[in-house]
Amino acid sequence: MGTLRLDDSVMTTRLDSVVNWARKNSLWPLPFGTACCAIEFMSMMASRYDFSRFGAEALRFSPRQSDLLLVLGTVTNKQAPVLRQIYAQMAEPKWVVAVGVCASSGGMYRTYATLQGIDRVVPVDVYVPGCPPRPETMIHGVMELQKKITRESLSERKEHIERFYQSLARQEELQRAKGLSGFQTVREMVLEAGAQGGQQIW
Amino acid sequence: MTPAPSPFLPVLLLFLLALGVGAAILVVSGRILPGLLKPDNPQPAKLTPYECGAPPLQEGARRRYSVKFYLVAMLFILFDVEAAFLLPWAVQYKASLWTFWAMLSFLATLLVGYIYAWGKGALDWER
Repeated sequence: MGTLRLDDSVMTTRLDSVVNWARKNSLWPLPFGTACCAIEFMSMMASRYDFSRFGAEALRFSPRQSDLLLVLGTVTNKQAPVLRQIYAQMAEPKWVVAVGVCASSGGMYRTYATLQGIDRVVPVDVYVPGCPPRPETMIHGVMELQKKITRESLSERKEHIERFYQSLARQEELQRAKGLSGFQTVREMVLEAGAQGGQQIW
Repeated sequence: MTPAPSPFLPVLLLFLLALGVGAAILVVSGRILPGLLKPDNPQPAKLTPYECGAPPLQEGARRRYSVKFYLVAMLFILFDVEAAFLLPWAVQYKASLWTFWAMLSFLATLLVGYIYAWGKGALDWER
């Protein structure tokens, strides 16, 4: 009759690791498809590349039911407040992947009308290069995000999202004070950040 | 000597147990577990209607609006019945004074209703 040893029968872990393990394997993607990256994304969700293998089985078209925002394509300045609103309406905790060069940096659209990278208006976690990226590249991007989720602390992510809501509150204040439209306000904030040597408004 | 307990006492106990278990499941799954597990961070943006990211144009779909067609429909039934009654009456009309006055009194009754509806503003479309 052996004695029962605590080390053999009990496993201890940190809350962060357990919760993040659950989070990284149950991502609910929301496609913000504006260009050809969205076509590649269809292929990624379909049976050949089968994105469901990574726990992101359920694709949702409402921000209420999703926590992974996939920005697939070019985002214009006029769409910037739309993107911010959709990100704000998503369920917490939430992550953003900028898919393709347009979403990451404006890509070849170096024009006055195009937002030069969505990280100016929403906090991006992973950038996926390519024009458009192949489905394997997108999958690699989301796997990198899963690694990132494993490493991060719960309070860190909470504060990260809270900072965005503060910038959104500032945007609404500015909009009311100056009587501008939504996209003009975001543009104003981007220019203001640029004058101070930064690029991000959140 | 105490009276013997009713043989249906176990049924009562079973009923109470079923109620208790049901209430416990509701309270634990509806009140206690969500408070422990779900992130709770209500924000103005989350509480507004989702219209693909655009600012909502009106306060949701629960606004009250005037149902205009029901009054028209009721007036239509009024005259529909009148016409359905008048037609066989006209076919069978034998120029008797009694049938003439009888139909006229029927029309007068309907006319009172019509004037009442008119006076109430049932025919004003823009209200």
